[in-house]
Amino acid sequence: MRKLVQLLLATLACAGITQGALGHGFAGQRFFPATLATDDPFVSDELSLPTYSRRRLGAGGDEPAATQSAASVDFTKRITSNFGLGFGATYLELSNGEATARGWDNLGLSAKYQFHKDDKGESIASVGVDWDIGASGAKSIGAESFSTITPAIFFGKGFGNVGDDAKWLRPLALTGSVGVGIPSRKGTTTTDEDGNESVEQHPDVLNVGFALEYSLPYLQSFVKDVGLAEPFNRVIPLVEFALEKPLDRGGGSWTGTVNPGFVWAGKYIQLGLEAVIPVGSRTGGGTGVLFQLHFFLDDIAPRGVGRPLL
Amino acid sequence: MKAIANGAAFAAGLVLAVLALPAGAHAFLHHADPRVGSTVAHSPAQVTLQFTEKLEPAFSTLKVLDAAGKEVDAHDLKVEGVSMRVTIPSPLDPGKYRVQWRALSVDTHVTDGEFTFEVGR
Repeated sequence: MRKLVQLLLATLACAGITQGALGHGFAGQRFFPATLATDDPFVSDELSLPTYSRRRLGAGGDEPAATQSAASVDFTKRITSNFGLGFGATYLELSNGEATARGWDNLGLSAKYQFHKDDKGESIASVGVDWDIGASGAKSIGAESFSTITPAIFFGKGFGNVGDDAKWLRPLALTGSVGVGIPSRKGTTTTDEDGNESVEQHPDVLNVGFALEYSLPYLQSFVKDVGLAEPFNRVIPLVEFALEKPLDRGGGSWTGTVNPGFVWAGKYIQLGLEAVIPVGSRTGGGTGVLFQLHFFLDDIAPRGVGRPLL
Repeated sequence: MKAIANGAAFAAGLVLAVLALPAGAHAFLHHADPRVGSTVAHSPAQVTLQFTEKLEPAFSTLKVLDAAGKEVDAHDLKVEGVSMRVTIPSPLDPGKYRVQWRALSVDTHVTDGEFTFEVGR
């Protein structure tokens, strides 16, 4: 029986069917955790349910200051080992103290192709496109009536190759993405009761996100066993930056948030918790919180939903 | 808020379902002897690694290399449950040694890695 099992494993390995460093976010011995505020540089079978955030938003234009609560679900599925599709939906609640609006934001679909992975160099890169489907959400919470297509490039790089003199930097990794959100409509014209027209411009928007991570599991397993016990030996402190800048049609300056926090990567799930701190006066609002429960489908169902379809 | 509460309840149910799963996931290095990055006073008689998951012996490997890249273990890998080990046939000279491993967990996930330890003078 044992020979039979070994023969089967040999067949799987030869056929490239073993999971190897595929799935999850691996490049060699580097494990990239799923980040909360920025998109991941790898293709995987994963489910985030929920991603919950709450933050006081500043007033802007005709919009009064409000407290925004958001609960999201995101699901990504590998079609091949390097190509995956994703789906995302967010339920929003906006409250300004006098009135509350609730509803689904526009649905999101995505596709991503991982074109680079260097195990020795601990680097990984992908290209992808995200489609925010216009008018698929509720008007009451401000879901846009137009679509936005965002092509983007994603990258991840571990610092495991730095010399012995800087070995304490080896657990560091940087992941990030750069994309441009292109709206399907350049502007929206509205007419008030007096017949006056006003035009709201919809500029192309540069989206930049990155995360700087210090992996305690990497420190323990590959650099120096400093004696960390559960649950600290699975913790990855990180700081994320989610920034955007309008590029045309009036333009504007950078806005966004910086999110210090941590993730805890378990066997089947990952927990993440971050503070959400607005960057600059134009972002406005107050400090919020971001939490995520993430499921590693490739470990939960390695022979089912957790493997590529093809 | 009701939708958010329902989502949270659903997520909690998923977590409970996941916790009930049989063991089987990526095998991460849990502990090594000699310890990762340590300096030992005397040459170890063997190098032992313990992982977070049960291992499949067929495609798991473990090598101990000296500074010149020469394998100094006895090529006698033994894999039992979550651990693998090789013996060191003759005492190691003082210096730095590299341990390279590859672990195939029983549900066919592969992980690999390496670390160093030092034998003191």
